[in-house]
Parts: sequence; C-alpha cells; structure tokens
Amino acid sequence: MALLEIRNVVKQFDDFTAVNDVSLSVEAGEFFTLLGPSGCGKTTLLRMLAGFEQPDAGQILLDGQDMSRVPPEKRPVHTVFQNYALFPHMTVRENIAFPLKMAGWAKDKMDAQVDELLEDVRLTEFGKRYPHEMSGGQRQRVAIARALVDRPRLLLLDEPLSALDAKLREEMQLELIKLQKEVGITFVYVTHDQGEALALSHRIAVMSRGQVEQLDIPENIYGNPKNRFVADFIGQCNVLEGTVRAVDGGTMTVDIKGCGEVRTLAVPGVTVGQQGWLALRPEKIKLDKELSDLPDEAYFRGRIHDCLYLGDVTIYIVEVADGVLIEAMLPNNIPGVAKFFDDGDIVEIAWRFDAGSFLTE
Amino acid sequence: MAKAKQSAWLKVSAWVTYLFLYLPLVIVVVFSFNDSKLNAEWVGFTTRWYSQLFANEKMLTAAGNSLLIALAASFLSTVLGTLAGMALHKYKVPFLSFLVLTPIAIPELLTGVSLVIFFVLVNQILGILELGLFTILLSHVAFCIGFVAIVVKARMQGMDESLVEAARDLGATPFQAFRLVTLPVIRPGIIAGALMAFTLSIDDFVITFFTAGAGASTLPLEIYSMIKIAVTPEVNAVSSLLMLLTLVLIVIASRVSPGALRAND
Amino acid sequence: MKNRLGKWLLSWPPLLYLVLFFLIPTAIMFVAAFRFPGDYGGLAPMYYYEEGKLIWDLTLENFTRLVEEPIYFELFAKSAWYAALTTLICLVMAYPLSWLIARSAKKYRDLLLLLVILPFWSNFLIRIYAWMIILGPQSAFTRAVNWVWTGMGGEPVQLLFTPFAVIVGMVYVHLPFMVLPLYANLEKHDLSLLSAAQDLGANAWQRFWRITWPLSLPGVFAGSALVFIPALGMFAIPDILGGTDSIMIGNLIKQQILDTRDWPFGAVLSIMLTAGVLAIAMLGALIARKGVKRG
Ligand SMILES: Nc1ncnc2c1ncn2[C@@H]1O[C@H](COP(=O)(O)OP(=O)(O)OP(=O)(O)O)[C@@H](O)[C@H]1O
Ligand SMILES: [Mg+2]
Repeated sequence: MALLEIRNVVKQFDDFTAVNDVSLSVEAGEFFTLLGPSGCGKTTLLRMLAGFEQPDAGQILLDGQDMSRVPPEKRPVHTVFQNYALFPHMTVRENIAFPLKMAGWAKDKMDAQVDELLEDVRLTEFGKRYPHEMSGGQRQRVAIARALVDRPRLLLLDEPLSALDAKLREEMQLELIKLQKEVGITFVYVTHDQGEALALSHRIAVMSRGQVEQLDIPENIYGNPKNRFVADFIGQCNVLEGTVRAVDGGTMTVDIKGCGEVRTLAVPGVTVGQQGWLALRPEKIKLDKELSDLPDEAYFRGRIHDCLYLGDVTIYIVEVADGVLIEAMLPNNIPGVAKFFDDGDIVEIAWRFDAGSFLTE
Repeated sequence: MAKAKQSAWLKVSAWVTYLFLYLPLVIVVVFSFNDSKLNAEWVGFTTRWYSQLFANEKMLTAAGNSLLIALAASFLSTVLGTLAGMALHKYKVPFLSFLVLTPIAIPELLTGVSLVIFFVLVNQILGILELGLFTILLSHVAFCIGFVAIVVKARMQGMDESLVEAARDLGATPFQAFRLVTLPVIRPGIIAGALMAFTLSIDDFVITFFTAGAGASTLPLEIYSMIKIAVTPEVNAVSSLLMLLTLVLIVIASRVSPGALRAND
Repeated sequence: MKNRLGKWLLSWPPLLYLVLFFLIPTAIMFVAAFRFPGDYGGLAPMYYYEEGKLIWDLTLENFTRLVEEPIYFELFAKSAWYAALTTLICLVMAYPLSWLIARSAKKYRDLLLLLVILPFWSNFLIRIYAWMIILGPQSAFTRAVNWVWTGMGGEPVQLLFTPFAVIVGMVYVHLPFMVLPLYANLEKHDLSLLSAAQDLGANAWQRFWRITWPLSLPGVFAGSALVFIPALGMFAIPDILGGTDSIMIGNLIKQQILDTRDWPFGAVLSIMLTAGVLAIAMLGALIARKGVKRG
C-alpha cells in the first residue's frame, strides 16, 4: 500500500478551481516532486496534505487512513515553509524542540534528540542563537531540522530553496538528497524549477492549471514528454507540427509541415492521417557543414538563422524550410572556439528515428 | 552653494520648531523651582512648591484616583483592545472597526457629552452608574480600546501568518499556537498599547470633565481648577512630576521595544 | 464553522462594550435633540399618558432655535475659521521639519521624530498652562512684545485671553498630528525624482512645487484632517487661554450640557458638530481616493 494516496482531489476558491481532480500516490521513502509553473496549484495541494485546507471533493489517505477530519496538529506530516516560518522569539534549539514539546517528550530525551538533529544539519554550535542571527542557508537548515525532529511520516517542502542564491541552492540540493537518504522519510517537494526537480526526485508530477499532466521518473519526464505542455515546460524542445502518413510496426512516417517526411517511433493508437507534433530535444540533433550519409536518420539541409552562445553550449537555430526553425545544440568542446558556424552558413542536420517523440496532444 | 544655504534655512526653521515645542515645558519645570508666587521672573531656587504639593490632601487624593483609574482602565482596555485588534486583523468586521475607530476620530467633547447624558439617564432609570470614579473609568476604557486595538492590529499585521500554521503543523493545538507563538510575538504591541492606554487615561481631561460629576476628582481636574481659579507655582510642581512620570513610562516602553525590533525580522 | 467561532469569541467582548458605552450613548444624544428640556435641566419625559393613551412629547424646536438665531451660525463659522487657521499654521511649521527629519541620517530619524512626539505625551492641560505663563501679562515674552510695539508707537497689548492665545495653544497642542503623517509620506519619496527634475532643468522652487508638494498631498490631507477635526471641537483651550470674545462651539456645548443644563439644545449643537466632522472626514476620504487614483 502506498504511504500517501490522493484520490480525485478538487479545491475551489470561489469559482476558481485551483486543484482539479488530482489523483496520485507516493510510496514510502520516496522523494516525490510536484513541478509546475506559478499558480498551477502546487501550494494548494500541499496545504491540503498538511491540513490547512480542506478538499472540496476527493480523499487524501495517509497509511490508508482518511485525513479529511484530522487537524494539522494531529497529522504525522510536517511542512518546511518557503519563508521558513521560524519562531522569532525562540532560539534555534527551542525552535527544533517545539514539536517534541507539543508531543510531551521528557526533557532529557528531548535534549538528546535535538542535539542529534543539530548535528544532522551541522548547526551544533548555533543552538543558542535566534533565527535573525542566522544566514539564509542556516535558517533553512533549522527549518528542516525542526520538521524532521519527531520523524514525521511525510515531509512537505514548499519551494524551500527559492530564497537562496544559486550557489547555495546547489549545495542545499545535495544536502537534501543526502539527508533524505539518511533519515528515510518520504519527501513531497514543491518547485517550479525543472532543473531542481530533475536533479532531486525519484518521481515527478508535472502540474498545469490544477491538473497533473504527467507523472513519471525524471528520465521519462525529460525524454518522453507526454504532451506539448510537458515538452515545452521541461528544458528546451523543438515542437514540429506534422501528420502521420504511414504506420509500420515499431515505426511510422510523419510528414513535418513545410519540411518533408521523417521516420519516428510509433505511438500506440495512432492512425494514418492523424495530426500531431514531433518533440525533439536540441542536443539530440546532429549538425555539421556536411554529415556523412546516415540512412537511418531524418536528414535536412538548412541555413543558420541565429546563434545563442550559452558558455558550455551554443544553440544554433537552423531554418530548414520557409519559416520552419529547428534548434540544435552543440557543446563547446574545442578550446578557444565559441561558435562553429556563422549566421547564413548552409548546414546539414539529422536525427535518429528514436530521438524524438510524437505527441498527439 | 545654493543647496547649503537652503538646508541651513531648513535647519534653522526646524530648530525653531523644536524650541517652540520644548521651551514652554522647560519654563514650567524651571518655574516649579522658582522662589516666587508669580510666574514672571527668576527669583531664587526653592523646593517649597513640591513640599506644599505633598501636603495638599485634595491633590494627593486626586492623584490617587487618577492612578487607580489609569491602572484599571489600561488593564480593561488592553484586554478588550487586544481582542478587538486581533479580530480586526483576522476577520472582516466592519461594524467593530467602526465602533473601535470612531471614538478616536471624533472630538473628545462629543464622547463626553453623549456619555454624561447616558450615565445620568441610566442613573435616573436604574439607579446605577452615578457619576463618579466608576463612570470615569468606564468612559476611559471606551476611548482607550481603539488605541490599543490599532497598535495590536499593526503588530499582528507585521507578524508572519505562516508562524501560526507552522506551529499547528508541528503539533500545536489552536490554543497552544496562540499561547506559544502569537501571544509572544505580539506581546511588544500589547505592552505598548497598555502603556498608551495608561498615559491617555491618566492625562485625560475633556471626557473626565464631563463624566466626573460633582464629587470625584482626578489630577487633571484638580489642575484645571487650580489653573482656572488661582495660578500658583504648585501647578508647576505637579506638572513637572507628571512629565517625569510620562518620561519614565516612555523609557520603559523603549526598553520593551528592542524585543519588538528583534521579533520583527 | 471554526472560523465563525473564533470571530465571535474575539469580537463580542469589545463589541458589547462599545455598543454599551459608545453607540447607545450616541444614539441617546441624537434622540435628546428632539426632546424638551426638563424643568430643572436635563431632559423632560419623552412621552406621557393622557386618558390611557400614549402621547410622544417630541419637538423640532431645538433645531429651529439654532436656525433662527444667527449667533450660533456665526459661532460655528468662527470655530471653523480658528480650526482652519490652526491647520494652516501647523502645516507651515510641520512641513520643513518633517522634510528635514525624513532626509536626515537613518539613525537620527527615530530620535528626531520622538522629540516631536514627546511633548504630546505630557499632560494636555500642562501644555496649555505653559502658555498661560508665557503669554501672561508679566511674562518676559509679553513685556518684550510690548516694548517693541510701544516703541513703534502702539498701545500696550494683552496677549493672554485673546484669540491669538487660543490659536497659539491650538497650534502647540496639534503640531505633532501634522508632523507624523507628513513625515510618513515624505520619508517614502524617491529622491531620484528630484535629481531627475534638476537634471531636466528645474530650480529648487520648481522642484518643490512640481514634485515634492504634489506627491506629499496625501500626507498633507491626512495631517490636516487630524488637526482640523479635534481643533473644531476644542473647548479646553479657548476655555483656558481665550477670553469672552474667543469662545468656540465647544465652549457653548459645554455650557449647555454642564452649566445651563439645556441638554436638548446641547445635543443639537453636538449633532451639528458631528455633522461638520463627518463632512470633513468624508471630504478627506474623497480627496485621498482621488489622489490614489491619480498616483
Ligand atoms: N486562499 C486563496 N483564495 C483564492 N485563491 C487562491 C487562494 N490560494 C490560492 N489561490 C489561487 O489558486 C491558484 C493556485 O495557487 P497556488 O498557491 O497553489 O499556486 P502555486 O502552484 O503554488 O504557485 P507558485 O509557484 O506561484 O507558488 C492561484 O491562481 C491562486 O491565485
Ligand atoms: Mg506556491
């Protein structure tokens, strides 16, 4: 049985539906991420898990138990708030001890447990400080320690790293992964940063407008987006409109609008004549002045329309037909060379038949 | 060059304004030590106005009354005002907000007039609430509630909403969350409100003047009759002492507020 | 459900208190304006029974009296004039001070502001009384004024118990109410606007008149309302510092309620004062809203 099960949950604010019929389950020990653009309902869903909001329809089960009548303080669920919500009038120790005090722990046991947590988050010397005497990253760690101290079944984290600068964020990501492994507590993590989601999670639910668009492991979310929204939202992606011309066992032929026919992996249930989109990651596209003949691949000739130098890679926008632009990405792996082609250069591009995925929605 | 001249002019006008604000008070204090019955010229140093003051039974009774009323009024209005401030912050209660703010906004005179009519009528009909110390207390609470409510509400607004949710999330019942988180965080506001109510009550003249009736007297009423009938330097002495009391209260308030500053960030 | 309970628990104690000791008294005052004065002051019964029938004994006489005698209108006008003058002087005095505080180094601002508020916390009567000393006939200030004045060929003048003394007292007591909102507004001004204006060729006066002043209008209106409203209903200052020629509407109300004990007429005057205050408050709110729209 899954640790957490969300069944057809709906939440409305007046006549605006913030969460629309969401169903998913989270296994014990999992690092599960809710990923989506701002306003898609991530926080609302999380607040329902914590007990601050009641679903208008549907059920939330924790260990098989319906949580709808359980107030926040009775749920074995803790939240790490985006702004940390550390109690300003309590020291770090007192903050971390708070849940234990609420649960009525004995003093010596409580002290030992708090010490352990302080050690876990490497803040042993900081116990006597007040939150306002700590840096952002340290406050963050206090908030996490406080939420983990009484070993909840489930830890909810609402964009916990968004207030930190890029460098610190990366450090904290690694620390979070390590911590989660150590304590073995299930994390439900909310973010709108796709990189963070891909790096941290065991599984990701991509949300949009109150609904789950795709729920899968990071590799599949990135490699096999289910629809145009996911393809577009996660990383860079070429989305080329096309029509299915022929289906032939494991592969099919798609006529890309304005370009011509290419072979691609067949999608179950697709019929000849169906409209759709071919999603193609820029780094899966080969690009050169002249490519040696590759019978198994889609192949086009085009003109460099624009170049975007990003440091580690450069993105080349190739015009293959009138108005059809395809982005290709090449690593800048030759010292001193920032760009292999100039605007206006005639180039050839190609990709393997299994490089892209055909989307019907 | 022009800029310097301009700011010099500004500075002078500011100093003149500060002088305007403080000179009168300084004069009162200085004359309280002046060995002359007239508030005209410096004659010599004396403390006899203070000793006279402390021998003045009427004045001492009035001061005692004022203190008593101020303590009771600040206690009651702090309780009621804190409730009101929290209600105004948390919920939409337009009627309460109207009732809390109007007594502050209108001239005190109007409150005094309506209250004296009310108390006298109630006394005629029900035989309770005869004009006196108790009616003064009731009136003071009525206008102090608003000041406390405003301060507490401001403090609540400065408080991070998610703190209460965090407490609940970590196992606190609503009541525990209030006692362990909300109350300590807004405490500087409550204390500031209480001190404010105390000073407002102990200083109030207008409303007290209307609701006191014939028998009861407070310090401001006593000062008023001294000013009206015969100005003696005793008034200077009592004024200086009252200023000292206010100053002490303000120092206490500022001692409380470092905590307020800390809880802010 | 729970929400309702919390709202109710928090609200009802202050609500009950204020209904009892503010709303009901105010309502009674309004009704009193339509009643006859009692034989020994106070109020006559509101109704009586005649042959078993209930007869209401109410009147509009108190209002007609107000309208028929021009002295009451004149007194209102004079009070409004005193209040307006007080407001204007407060504004002129408070503006440079507020600007200076708002532009001074951050660490001094609180102190400078505290120095403005501090006198406000000392007893109201004491602050008025201080001016009795300063403006008294024997005081150094009065003698200095008269020395200059007679030197210029004038007759010696009295300062205390004159409209002048009343205005001085009112300005003194209300000045902090003007400084606080003005400061709060001026403190938020974006100084780069002034640099930009200077860059575009505006001189000091133009910069003030075209930029600072219009942006500070919300503070000006807030401060003006905070000064004008209590000044309009003032009775203690004219009572102590003023003479017979400088009484205000508040003194008349006090006299009707406490001395002559003609409560119905006192109530009518109070209602008129309330109406005046409401009109000013509404005007202020209207202007403020316009200002918000434009800003
Ligand atoms: N209490 C509320 N009342 C009304 N509308 C609300 C309330 N809370 C959230 N919403 C609306 O519900 C939608 C989803 O909000 P939510 O906070 O869950 O988004 P989110 O995915 O967390 O976004 P972000 O990444 O910006 O935090 C938003 O459009 C928001 O305006
Ligand atoms: Mg959110």
